Amino acid sequence: MMFIILVFFLIILMVGAAIYAIVQKDLLYAVIATGVISLILSALFLLLQAPDVALTEAAIGVALTTIIFIITIRNTVRHEDDFKDRDDLKSAVK
Amino acid sequence: MKKLVVILLLAVTGYYLGDSFMDLGKNGPVVETGVKDFYLEKTVSELKVANTITSIIVNFRGFDTLGEVTVLFLAATALGGILYKKRHHVGERSVLFPSSPIVRAGSKLLFPAIVLLGVYVFVHGHLSPGGGFQGGTIVATGFLLMLLAYDNFSVSHNVLSFIESFAGIFFVLFGFAGMWMGGTFLENFLPVGTMNDLFSGGIIPIVYILVGFKVAAELTGLIYTVLNEKET
Repeated sequence: MMFIILVFFLIILMVGAAIYAIVQKDLLYAVIATGVISLILSALFLLLQAPDVALTEAAIGVALTTIIFIITIRNTVRHEDDFKDRDDLKSAVK
Repeated sequence: MKKLVVILLLAVTGYYLGDSFMDLGKNGPVVETGVKDFYLEKTVSELKVANTITSIIVNFRGFDTLGEVTVLFLAATALGGILYKKRHHVGERSVLFPSSPIVRAGSKLLFPAIVLLGVYVFVHGHLSPGGGFQGGTIVATGFLLMLLAYDNFSVSHNVLSFIESFAGIFFVLFGFAGMWMGGTFLENFLPVGTMNDLFSGGIIPIVYILVGFKVAAELTGLIYTVLNEKET
């Protein structure tokens, strides 16, 4: 019973982080939220007896993907409101 | 004319590939319950591997793993191709602000530990959870830490592509060696040893070490390309 409650709690946290990533206008925070999703997902994989997948998820999802997105944000714009269309985005790129 | 020859060759290869894939698994040991019992039994009795997932990924489904490694290679190559034009100033990373001495000292301290953990994961792939892909990713994470902390830390693209090609070629060669010795791609032809030993499982540890090196080189090269991408 405790196990099921724990798993459901983690799933609810994951959904919350996903919603936060969508509504957040500051893209850096949104990327961190997606990293949190991957972290919780990797914990879930570990709880559900899949340590191989948990290792992959922890390394790829939490570290590599997040860092690549952060580098992309550094080279483009940080706030979603800073651009309205493609031309705006092009001019915002350093 | 040249295009016609290429199309003809592709058509012939495709026909034979399709023809041989149609026969796949027809005269194999497939029973009514599927293949899971076969895998579970053979892993312990023939391959002497503690981690069943590893034996399935590298031995029974080794051809699929080759496909996965190829996909990763193609993704890294495509990214390099897209960013190639802008990559004139290799070694000059654009940093917003230099990292603090604490971060530098800490990453220098952590880097060998992370690489050691990654190497441990892919060397012990047949004994404990993890394997080539996971270990390679952990090694790449260590290089990522160094690349972020030191703006003059650089890796050689030539060395990376050499490791990548070497590992890939040897993977395929081991597969063909299994074909030559036993009959199927990546069939085990080395002595399996005793279960739970580091040197056991035949070709599984060797293939996993190769996969680990390949994944680590590919992901490190990918991060390095993205980090060094300079806007014109």
